[in-house]
Amino acid sequence: MAKFDLNDSSVVVIVGSGAGGGTLGNELAQKGVKVVILEAGPRIENHDFVNDEWESFSQLAWTDARTTSGTWRVAKDFSGLPAWIVKAVGGSTTHWAGASLRFDEHEFKVKTTYGNIPGANLLDWPVTLAEMEPWYAKAEDKMGVTRTNGIPGLPGNNNFKVLEAGAKKLGYKTVHTGNMAINSQPRDGRGACQQIGFCFQGCKSGAKWSTLYTEIPKGEATGNLEVRPSSMAIKIEHDAGGKVTGVVYADASGAMQRQKARIVAVAGNSIESPRLLLNSASTMFPDGLANSSGQVGRNYMRHMTGSVYAVFEKSVHMYRGTTMAGIIRDEAANNPKRGFVGGYEMETLSIGLPFMAAFLNPGAWGRPFTSALDGYPRMAGMWLVGEDMPQETNRITLDPVVKDKFGQPVASVHFDDHPNDIAMRTHAYKQGAAVYDAVGATVTYPTPPYPSTHNLGTNRMSEKPRDGVVNKFGQSHDVKNLFVSDGSQFTSGAACNPTLTIVALAIRQADYIAGAMQKREI
Amino acid sequence: MREVDRRSKHSRRVFLKGAATAVPVVAVATSAAVRIEDAWAEDASALSPATMKTLLKVARDIYPHDVLGDSYYITAIKPWDGKAAKDPSVKSLISDGIARLDQNARDRHKVAYAEVPWEADRVVLLKEIEGSDFFQKVRGDLIVSLYNQKEVWPRFGYEGSSAEHGGYINRGFADIDWLPKA
Repeated sequence: MAKFDLNDSSVVVIVGSGAGGGTLGNELAQKGVKVVILEAGPRIENHDFVNDEWESFSQLAWTDARTTSGTWRVAKDFSGLPAWIVKAVGGSTTHWAGASLRFDEHEFKVKTTYGNIPGANLLDWPVTLAEMEPWYAKAEDKMGVTRTNGIPGLPGNNNFKVLEAGAKKLGYKTVHTGNMAINSQPRDGRGACQQIGFCFQGCKSGAKWSTLYTEIPKGEATGNLEVRPSSMAIKIEHDAGGKVTGVVYADASGAMQRQKARIVAVAGNSIESPRLLLNSASTMFPDGLANSSGQVGRNYMRHMTGSVYAVFEKSVHMYRGTTMAGIIRDEAANNPKRGFVGGYEMETLSIGLPFMAAFLNPGAWGRPFTSALDGYPRMAGMWLVGEDMPQETNRITLDPVVKDKFGQPVASVHFDDHPNDIAMRTHAYKQGAAVYDAVGATVTYPTPPYPSTHNLGTNRMSEKPRDGVVNKFGQSHDVKNLFVSDGSQFTSGAACNPTLTIVALAIRQADYIAGAMQKREI
Repeated sequence: MREVDRRSKHSRRVFLKGAATAVPVVAVATSAAVRIEDAWAEDASALSPATMKTLLKVARDIYPHDVLGDSYYITAIKPWDGKAAKDPSVKSLISDGIARLDQNARDRHKVAYAEVPWEADRVVLLKEIEGSDFFQKVRGDLIVSLYNQKEVWPRFGYEGSSAEHGGYINRGFADIDWLPKA
């Protein structure tokens, strides 16, 4: 396994090892580029994952201090936990559900398609679906996405069967067990899904794609990739010419280290990535690195989300089997006649009893609440996930008071729902309940959004430097050898789950970086 | 469909454990003052037995599940005594919270909170203090201390960890048999 010197200024340093960073690291390593990945969390292999929601949360979740504000309910119920994401090697690909969908064509052209929506900071992506298609194809092949590359769909579990029966009764057409980066048959050295459940607690069998046991070991096998766990990036440094020169980070012992770099790629998820850029402010870049547009940290998106749980007369046992292998896509199109722009997906979802108690209706108590929980074995559930509007005022800033253990200001997350988000959620709750009512639900529960799992948009792509932070390859408009490689590049959020697009962008970015290095452009 | 065995395997373990550490079981059982069911509360060191017993009633009233015996709620609230022993502010949070609840109950019903006979009347008293730090701390703690007990899970038809059983691939992940034909 490679071990690079701190003073080796020929390496690419990637901050973060998830869908963006882990993929970029492997892709570059395969091309012969030397890479150091700094991962804030520990390395926990998949056999050490636990099928226990709270224990797993302690093992994997990012629980370092963050602050919240805004009218979203998460700020009230989980004020210190705006997002449920992972601090470990593999990042949030350890706990993601596996849903791997391509954007629709119009979702790259939201300004053109939706027009002027008051309060929304809409912008077309500087890339199109046509440009992305070959990269999506590579990502699907890499991740082994079901219903692509001749890979069969996963078998439907009980929760899916309820969703499917209700959807068909309602007249929905596109209903299946999803495009999942979970092996339905052995592939790429990993076995088939054992229907364990607990997808969110890390896949113990390794059937679900995660950079932890795919990209990272493959990259390490080339001898070009070194992953440093428990290494928290503190500041990106630059020279007098305005090019970045390395990353200062706290190692496992808390000691400060400086890894020199030819290129730095930031992939710490949409809360930490802008925080790192803002914390890297200098005399030359007083508002933070790559921030001449003032857009770093802005346009924070978290998807319009919500859940519907329904109770039936007889048992469902929704927790058995793959958590999210089930989808209704009929509401994903843009159909403004519904009273909002953009669309949403309906996907099966199950949480165990401990998390159901915590998330069904946070703060609730008494008989209405316990009656709902008493219905747990007879419950089916779905997650609603749709496009939310980017707003300049939804943003990540540096908290003026709270600092982390290294003395760095923590991220403060402000979010208000846009009226379009609210209209979409209302519609989605109604349709979700209708699906279950169609097959005899005795009661349905519209469940509020959980702490954010899809964090997007805070270093967005733009054609013009004044509109965003990075160009179409995730390269900073201001600093040529600084890249953003995670979901914070997203110009808009689309209806679907973001990981496939993050991976496709990372593969494409690796191609661009390697080419530019070869041509000595960076 | 494979149903989950929801019978309790938990029985009276908590009571007996509590009794054994306090005084000999025989002494407790023959004592007129302390019924065996209350022995767990006599165990408390920082909080009074009366406070612990009222806290149990409060816990049941916040998250009432009629299929659960007291033992699960006792397991959930007992750690408050240890926390109170370590931290005087926790001790006063719980003691004062219960005292206020008892006072409100006496004003309204002429008896202490735990003696108010109908749950609906006790819930009204809880509703009045819903915004208090005492109520919020006790409720927030219960969400984990009650529902994260592995012994509680089968009572709700939840099977917990599955990987060591080979997942559900051969254990009913798709055994639903009552849906209308799609």
